[in-house]
Amino acid sequence: MKANDFIVQVRSVSKIYRRGEEEVHALRDVTLNIVRGEYVSIMGPSGSGKSTLFNMIGGLDTPTSGSVLIDGYRISELSPSQLAWVRCHRIGFVFQSFNLIPTMTALENVAIARIFAGVPPAQARRDAAETLERVGLGHRLHHLPSQVSGGQQQRIAIARALVNKPSIILADEPTGNLDLHTGEEIINLIGEMKATLGITIITATHDMKMLSASDVVFWIKDGQLERSARKGEIKIEIGTIDGKTLA
Amino acid sequence: MDDRPTPSSTRDTIPNQYAIPWSVAFQVSWAGLRRRIFRSLITMLGVVLAIALLTYMMVTDDITHRLVSLNLDDLNLRLQKAGVDIFSASRVDRMTILLIVLSLITCLVGIINAMLMAVTERIREIGTLKCLGALDSFIVKSYFIESSLQGFLGTLLGMIIGLVVAILVATLHYGRYPVAHFPWPETLGSLLIAAAIGIVLSIVASIAPAYWAARKEPVEAMRVEE
Repeated sequence: MKANDFIVQVRSVSKIYRRGEEEVHALRDVTLNIVRGEYVSIMGPSGSGKSTLFNMIGGLDTPTSGSVLIDGYRISELSPSQLAWVRCHRIGFVFQSFNLIPTMTALENVAIARIFAGVPPAQARRDAAETLERVGLGHRLHHLPSQVSGGQQQRIAIARALVNKPSIILADEPTGNLDLHTGEEIINLIGEMKATLGITIITATHDMKMLSASDVVFWIKDGQLERSARKGEIKIEIGTIDGKTLA
Repeated sequence: MDDRPTPSSTRDTIPNQYAIPWSVAFQVSWAGLRRRIFRSLITMLGVVLAIALLTYMMVTDDITHRLVSLNLDDLNLRLQKAGVDIFSASRVDRMTILLIVLSLITCLVGIINAMLMAVTERIREIGTLKCLGALDSFIVKSYFIESSLQGFLGTLLGMIIGLVVAILVATLHYGRYPVAHFPWPETLGSLLIAAAIGIVLSIVASIAPAYWAARKEPVEAMRVEE
């Protein structure tokens, strides 16, 4: 496999935070590659460094040592403006708590991302409507987030993540605030985006349903990559995954 | 595995992010202000009260001076009854100035405080916008517009309230005289001064919160608070 088949490359990344006098090693020498077009899950308990790793892949955090490459670009070398460009055009963010702007309608929430990409407002609204249509919310364009269900809010957020045709969707516990059934629908929708648009999906999760949809799973523990497994290698049994008891 | 080094031209191949023009930032802020109208009104209230007081004091002073200058026996009697020193040449006394300055400072601190609260409440929102590709300059623009719009609207409202109350109170004291001999040019001058002070105050109070908002990190969007 060639290096440019990797959409994300994490090369011996360490991250050290200072908490007063104490040094916290959030990540220790983590190396992993994510293949273009795959559905990747990053698993790990809270405090494992999973979030730190996830934020670095999104260009939201920079490593203390090592490097993170997104689409071949070394993110620590980018200026704030270039980083904003990468976040806008290459990455679509989906959050656990949806993070829609409460004062904007569904249409405006999606259109704003398009406006950031430099598209004139009228065209941005047309693109937004089209994308909302695609996630099944064509009839909710002018509703505020508070007027729709949690699942529909997450669909709006997914439309917002998709509207600039990113190469990566970064989803942080996208089903964490949803019930079982709605969570499944969201996973299916994300899976569909992978299949139809060829977008790489990277999720941080501990949702079992998400695991079965994944092509690759990375386990992070104590700031280190504990292990990784491809689809088919993961044994899922009741109460345990691959022999590990669910925490 | 081909561990090809990355192109060293990374810096040149990625363009800079598009900067949102003021007009688009204005549309976004205006829509937000309208949907948050109740909250905005409370923020505005500080400006409204301070500018209303300022306008009231100045217009009342304009009216009294015009009435004193008429030098009518009936009116002089009423003026003295209302506590006006008709022989004094000084216009506004020191206590009044102190009162006005204090109210303006309170108003300034009020707007800054309200806007800082708004920024704190919306840390996650700011982080999210940055994840979507918003530049610091967009955050500065939109918060600056929001805060100064509140200031301008508050100033306008305060001027109207101050003017109306000043005329009503003067009419109550002096009957038909204030309206019949209304000091238009002086009042206009007073209104202009009030507007200028209100606008300068709103702009000064908007700068700090706007920059504070822009300093928030995009990673704040990830923080989950239950």
